[in-house]
Amino acid sequence: MNARILAATTGRILRQLRHDRRTIALLVVVPAVLLTLVYFMYSDQPTPPGQPTTFDRIALVMLGIFPFVIMFLVTSIAMLRERTSGTLERLLTTPLGKLDLLFGYGIAFGLAAAVQAAVAAVVAYWIFDLDTAGSIGLVLGIAVLDAVLGVALGLLCSAFARTEFQAVQFLPVVVIPQLLLCGLFVARDQMAGWLQVLSDAFPLSYAIEALQEVGAHAEPTGRMWRDVAVVFGAVVLALVLAAATLRRRSG
Amino acid sequence: MDDAIAVRDLVVDRGGRRVLDGISCRVPRGAVTGLLGPSGSGKTTFMRAVVGVQVVSGGTVTVLGQPAGTPALRHRVGYLTQAPSVYADLTVRENARYFAALYGRGRVEADRAISDVGLAEAAGQLVGTLSGGQRSRASLACALVGEPELVILDEPTVGQDPVLRADLWARFHAMAAAGTTLLVSSHVMDEAARCDQLLLIRQGRLIADDSPAAIRAAAGVDDLDEAFLRLIRAGEAASTSTDATAARETA
Repeated sequence: MNARILAATTGRILRQLRHDRRTIALLVVVPAVLLTLVYFMYSDQPTPPGQPTTFDRIALVMLGIFPFVIMFLVTSIAMLRERTSGTLERLLTTPLGKLDLLFGYGIAFGLAAAVQAAVAAVVAYWIFDLDTAGSIGLVLGIAVLDAVLGVALGLLCSAFARTEFQAVQFLPVVVIPQLLLCGLFVARDQMAGWLQVLSDAFPLSYAIEALQEVGAHAEPTGRMWRDVAVVFGAVVLALVLAAATLRRRSG
Repeated sequence: MDDAIAVRDLVVDRGGRRVLDGISCRVPRGAVTGLLGPSGSGKTTFMRAVVGVQVVSGGTVTVLGQPAGTPALRHRVGYLTQAPSVYADLTVRENARYFAALYGRGRVEADRAISDVGLAEAAGQLVGTLSGGQRSRASLACALVGEPELVILDEPTVGQDPVLRADLWARFHAMAAAGTTLLVSSHVMDEAARCDQLLLIRQGRLIADDSPAAIRAAAGVDDLDEAFLRLIRAGEAASTSTDATAARETA
């Protein structure tokens, strides 16, 4: 890796994003609109005494899921475009290292996700009175980590897609099982044993648990730090595997 | 070691088909060498082998004294792919600056490369809004921006206006005079006369490797197109007669 090349690559990806105003608008506005939907869906639901309201429970998890899903999709398409436009093959003939490219995507889309998460958090906390025991800063930090997880998995999956049609199909394959089993719909300890094994194997489960820890405790807990470490490890593993799938020589 | 490229017995198979069949040749330093041949003759595969992105089945390719694809060569070799591989959602200037940064060059070199290909007036335009000819010149600027010692150009002048084409060839010769080695492919025979040295390939085999003057003299005609036709016919006649001899011997 080379700091100058990494910085140039990150800047290039952000510049591409900046020229695409509609994508920026969608990135920023869509999570806020979806949170609004969730708020009104649950506004008339009764809350059992001593429990967080359903909106608080779901909105907190949503703050982590939006960046994960959206960045997964954006990254797999962006990387596929590098492959099909020939720019990837060209980049691999230059002094650029594979990790310069992969970390460039991670950092650039991580920054975009930070903006997205900040807007969504402002809407959730100040307009809809989201209440968490822990700090908003931790919620934002975990949301950005979730986004980076989405980027890393998107980079890895794009290696197995030849066309945009295939790339989009990886969303139901890779993302939806993680959403279903992350504890949002059914608590993880109430699922059948084999489902718990699957849930334990999915990195998103740890990302969501970390957010729930922040929701329930005023101070960061040991479990939260463990979850964050697991997600971080999954990011590094996915990036290393993605680098292994980038071949400079092809047939 | 005066040759920029030395190829010995190069064999490449793609998709179960032999694309290059035992090519041996040398490309001299500080000259413009033309790689001529019809579409599908193996020109692009040959160039990919020189750049080091092609999986080869046999033979050796030595570039600037090192095996093709050696990491150190990525600083010294510039490659223009046949299809323009630049970012359509960036401006010409942003593209040139990004590729300049990969080679450790700055804005001055980027601006110079843009004006060298005659795109100074379109520097602020998004590549996606350019004409096909302009887009391939933007791609060319990105191949030249690192001021490499060896430049591999895959059909750089296709679709260019005749005046621009003449300018580009003048530019290539100025670079060669300054010590750069250029390998330029074309399927247009009238460009062959502009090269210092010619390699003609057809159906994956090398048919001629000489200066335009020597090829004209050998074929006994002034027109290069006609000269190549005679060389091909002569080669076919020779192989049929050897086949006939072989058949007689087995009989």
